[in-house]
Amino acid sequence: MTVILNQSFTGISIGAVLLLIALGLTLTFGQMGVINMAHGEFIMAGAYTTYVLQKSISGAGVSLLLALPLAFLVAGAMGALLEWLLIRRLYTRPLDTLLVTWGVSLMLQQLARDVFGAPNVQTRAPDLLTGNISVGGITFANNRLFILGLALLCVLGLTLIMRTTPLGRRIRAVVQNRDLAEVSGIATQRVDRTTFFIGSGLAGVAGVALTLVGPIGPTMGTNYIVDAFLVVVVGGVAQLKGAVITAFALGVLQSVLEYSTTVSVAKVIVLVAIVAFLQWRPQGLYTLRTRSLA
Amino acid sequence: MTTPTPSLERMAPAAEPSRSLLDRFRVPGAFLVGAVLLIGVAPLALSDFRLNLLAKYLCYAIVAVGVSLAWGRGGLLVLGQGVFFGLGGYAMAMHLKLADAAETGQTLPDFMQLYGTGDTLPWWWQPFANPAFALAMTVLLPMAVAALLGFFVFRRRVKGAYFAILSQALAAALAIWLVGQQATTGGTNGLTDMRGFFGYDLDDPVNQRMVYFVIAAVLLLLMAAARQLFVSRYGELLVAVRDSEERVRFLGYDPANVKLVAYVVAAGMAGLAGALFVPAVGIISPALIGIVPSIGFVIGAAVGGRASLVGAVLGAIAVAWAQSTLSDAFPAAWTYLQGLLFVLAVGFLPGGLASLASVVRRRRTPMTTTPITAPASAPTSAPTGGTA
Repeated sequence: MTVILNQSFTGISIGAVLLLIALGLTLTFGQMGVINMAHGEFIMAGAYTTYVLQKSISGAGVSLLLALPLAFLVAGAMGALLEWLLIRRLYTRPLDTLLVTWGVSLMLQQLARDVFGAPNVQTRAPDLLTGNISVGGITFANNRLFILGLALLCVLGLTLIMRTTPLGRRIRAVVQNRDLAEVSGIATQRVDRTTFFIGSGLAGVAGVALTLVGPIGPTMGTNYIVDAFLVVVVGGVAQLKGAVITAFALGVLQSVLEYSTTVSVAKVIVLVAIVAFLQWRPQGLYTLRTRSLA
Repeated sequence: MTTPTPSLERMAPAAEPSRSLLDRFRVPGAFLVGAVLLIGVAPLALSDFRLNLLAKYLCYAIVAVGVSLAWGRGGLLVLGQGVFFGLGGYAMAMHLKLADAAETGQTLPDFMQLYGTGDTLPWWWQPFANPAFALAMTVLLPMAVAALLGFFVFRRRVKGAYFAILSQALAAALAIWLVGQQATTGGTNGLTDMRGFFGYDLDDPVNQRMVYFVIAAVLLLLMAAARQLFVSRYGELLVAVRDSEERVRFLGYDPANVKLVAYVVAAGMAGLAGALFVPAVGIISPALIGIVPSIGFVIGAAVGGRASLVGAVLGAIAVAWAQSTLSDAFPAAWTYLQGLLFVLAVGFLPGGLASLASVVRRRRTPMTTTPITAPASAPTSAPTGGTA
């Protein structure tokens, strides 16, 4: 029994990491249709922000807390810049955004290599997050609990923004019908940029969280990017709840399969399961009801 | 959108009914020139080492022929060509390893003896001892995998970005699986040290030249076949599906089948390329077929010109050449240059270098050739932007 519970906690914590990484993509890919391969590098930017902060501020706890908003701003600014420079020219060609941003991600990886060096670096976790909590025979790693809390907090924040603020309303309007939003007086270009800022900023926050569970390196983004895209594909475009459910479901599935087979076989089975799932719901778990034929 | 982008339909020339005598011989003429350069001039002008490098680039060019078909004509962004390249490559390498082992009287390939997991060959290795089976598998296995994925994906109208990401995930999954099965696939190292190629010694430069000739001939043959496919009825249907899938559906065709054929044929070409890559380069490994090389296969075609067959092939050769010459000398600078090349080529010259001439021409006479804006199903108005 404890094995099952421990394993499902592992799954949930994998899911929380997936969710954090995919959350930004639900905005930029799910809502705007831009396949941003540089999203992984924005995660890396957030991780390096944490690293730099810790170099200048000795307290691990303080620097981690400061890193969260700062990484959001750094990665967000990079995203907004990318949108302004390149992506706004490509909204009519969504597939090409993938290749263009792949080029950008190559350059950003090399930039990280030139600035921080090719070998991976590490940050110190605050003492509070290094231990474990045991409840009824189940061990919860503190850093995993922190990531879970952070992921849920981000979901909550994003939901509030999308549901209650004028900005969220405008984002949804642009997503549902760009032309109609435009003639209704919404500055769609500015909304695009803001959406991209938030989506990329969330990647930065994910990067901060990842410093707690692994090393920081120039290629760290590539390891997560495909999984994150799969979460959005399975979750569907319209709502955050698709991404939330999918991230945790895939996390648990992955951890159960890894327990019973091997990591590599688990990856293959998860992919097969995703293709099978898309037979049942081709547009993902949740879809936006539209009149479009696509 | 404020700035109209040149739409893709301008890049694919339709079969033109009336052509002058010069035009009629343009394509066969260019083909002949290419054939003379590849088969006649290159082996004389290049050293053994350079010819072997060219053989490697030509393998990438064979993949690019398929990419030009599936992506350039069909609009299917095939990001997982590494899977098919890898399946073809591993099928060939498995046979060569077994043949090498049989030569020295062993039952197991050398790396399996090293990891020592048993004395018996895994069951799925056994049929690859048969050369005919292995050769058939280099093409049939990739095609079967592509047919399986394509059938399920296209039937349910999963398209656009979703298809691209699924095909990419397939590449990632295969690479991870191969790394995980150290004992039977060689793990990260892949399969290396092939000594013989159907009875010929691969270390002999004469036989390496022979491998080059085989690769060049296959490339020319596949280019001719792809060209015929492009100008056929099927080729026109494929372009029609790319530009307006719904209209094709309303006309009574099933776009799923049209796309499936393009995807499967492209996969077969990639598999063949992988199979030829093994004797030319002497290695197949997960690092050659994962996500990064899979995108690389597409990038060459994008830079050269995805919709133009010759452009895609030349682009693939040029990018591979630039990669190996520049990345040794200036590794950091090359990565920046590579990134910039992708951004500029895809972002600002979607037709690739092949379209440079027509873009310049259009700039000079802007009145007569304003780009055709996309029809009613333009991605701008589709709320599910990612699936458009």
